[in-house]
Amino acid sequence: MSSTGTEQLQALYLQMCRIRWTEQALALLWRRGLASGEMHLGIGEEAVVAGVVGNLDDRDAMALDYRSTPALVARGVDLTSILLEVVGSPSGLCGGRGGHMHLMSREHLVAASGVVGAPGPLACGFGLAARTKGKGGVAVAFFGDGAVNEGMLMEALNLAAAWRLPVVFVCKDNRWAVTTRSSELTGGGLRRRLGAFGMPLDRVDGRDVESVAAAAARAVARGRAGRGPTVLLASCPRPEGHFLGDPLVRLTSAVGELAAEVRPLVAELVVRPGAPLAQRLSAVKGIGGKAAAVAVHAPARTSDPLRRAARRLPEATSRELAVVARREVETALGRVLGEAVSRA
Amino acid sequence: MPETSFSEAVDRALALAMTRDPRVVVLGEDVRLQRRGAFVRFGASRVLDAPISESALLGTALGAAMAGLRPVVEIYFVDFIGVALDQLLNHAAKLEAFTGGRWQAPLVVRAACGGGYGDAGQHQQSLWGLLAGVPGLSVVVPSTPADAAGLLLAAIDGPGPVVFLEHKLLSQQWLDYLGGASREGVQFDVPAAGARGEVGEPPVPVPLGVAALRRQGGDLALVSLGVGVHRCLEAAELLEDEGVWAAVLDLRSVAPLDVQAIVELGRRTGRVLVVDEDYTRGGLSGEVAAVLAEHGVRSAYARVTTEETIPYARALEDAVLPNVERIMAAAHALLVNAPGKRG
Repeated sequence: MSSTGTEQLQALYLQMCRIRWTEQALALLWRRGLASGEMHLGIGEEAVVAGVVGNLDDRDAMALDYRSTPALVARGVDLTSILLEVVGSPSGLCGGRGGHMHLMSREHLVAASGVVGAPGPLACGFGLAARTKGKGGVAVAFFGDGAVNEGMLMEALNLAAAWRLPVVFVCKDNRWAVTTRSSELTGGGLRRRLGAFGMPLDRVDGRDVESVAAAAARAVARGRAGRGPTVLLASCPRPEGHFLGDPLVRLTSAVGELAAEVRPLVAELVVRPGAPLAQRLSAVKGIGGKAAAVAVHAPARTSDPLRRAARRLPEATSRELAVVARREVETALGRVLGEAVSRA
Repeated sequence: MPETSFSEAVDRALALAMTRDPRVVVLGEDVRLQRRGAFVRFGASRVLDAPISESALLGTALGAAMAGLRPVVEIYFVDFIGVALDQLLNHAAKLEAFTGGRWQAPLVVRAACGGGYGDAGQHQQSLWGLLAGVPGLSVVVPSTPADAAGLLLAAIDGPGPVVFLEHKLLSQQWLDYLGGASREGVQFDVPAAGARGEVGEPPVPVPLGVAALRRQGGDLALVSLGVGVHRCLEAAELLEDEGVWAAVLDLRSVAPLDVQAIVELGRRTGRVLVVDEDYTRGGLSGEVAAVLAEHGVRSAYARVTTEETIPYARALEDAVLPNVERIMAAAHALLVNAPGKRG
């Protein structure tokens, strides 16, 4: 590996560590009841986000989904202000009014949405503005595989293609749409769907940050050169489920939960009238299959993007970078906890 | 009558409707998990997991209803109706009128609504005023388990289309699903009498457009629905300590609206305070004022509503949503400014 290659990987790994620790800080704030509502973590998406965002500069804009904190961190938005927002502080990024699903920073041209598919059209608008300004800026849309069944995202892909907008569409493929397996509900498959708009599609292993960074560099260069939009299809794991407390993850991780859920289902198997027994058993099997698939998908150390990146760095270096990131996040978290306690 | 939770009441009503009528099908994202009891009992042909495609889903439910099924289609949060509004606004709501009453769409759109658990203004809206303003749509908002079951049964059996809104604070199932079950120490202001209550066995249908008087009182009328009803009941108790007798009217249904009940209560009390979790303008609270004026009811009027986008921070959110404090302040102002009938 060249020294610039190593330098780039070090920078990316540092970002990934920052993202991971930030997500863990969010989980802590949520579990302590300091962050309210739902909480969707981006653990597993670190390589995708760091790899893409590492190619952006001040000309560029990002449209994010409700797993937006990784991209904000990677883009350099102040960690403390993100965490303060998530605990609803008046000193948070949006004054405590937006919260974790609606994080936005005008200064960074970054906006998140809690509505599936919404980043598509927004990125088109950001792309149109960038092209009109004529400084070579690009827009990035991050969305999940479940979003490709939203009409507005399909419309946005077509619009970007028709107008040759400088947009990079990044599909984070974790194979699940909330609690439903995407493959069961996506006609024609993801790659063919996203590739159907006449724009280049790059499929990358989203656990490998260097592959993502290289593919994103090509896509961003195309956009800057006025050559139109690109799709990056990046596979990645989703170890925490759709959101913290995901019912499927809960079912598979706690024995008591599973037993409590199974009892009423047994009653539904026999109560009359209803479907024939074979159909009912197949329904139970379907639910069990989902739960099992989540369980299999969850741990897998080999699929941890951080471990992958760390293995390609000297051990001392990766350890040092992890410590730097951890300290940064812990410092921010300490301030946030301090503020939360003093407010309470 | 056995006591049950709001969510169990809805599940039971749905099971009863599916038992009685093979045309009833359940469509929606994640329903095979969320409605797993119905999925196991009635099988894959009657409980269908949908892709995240609200527009196609709602349109499909409409088509199926037009061709003879009775779909109950779930749109997660009512906020997401924005993605699919065309199907409801321009199609489902127009069918009966455009065909001169020859064709109806017996369709129930089921969605979670309301705030009070910190999800901010893109997941916690009420929107019943917006939807109820469209001719051809019925909109119901139950405040108790019995009404949840009864209104759902009536909605499924009726000519449709009906939007059935369940407030998340009343539904343990929703609060659990959204992560509440996996952390302790997080408290929401859940009204006990709305989250659990007696439900008939079998549940009794509740006709659309009939309000329920939850509390008698001649000094002041508190008019509300959903969680607001329970906030009003709490305020009415406090007012009673002050010697003020407040009636509480639970509208239950925004469209059709029980005009007669509103008019009668307005005449009797001379003071009407609407407590509406939905936005202030262009909605239910203004409609109640219009109904009173149109019927020549000379009553004092005030409203406690959601006046701005619901903020994320819990303290800010609590202040923006109608709460007992705000109801009391508005009631006091009404009593002072319109002293007429009292004493």
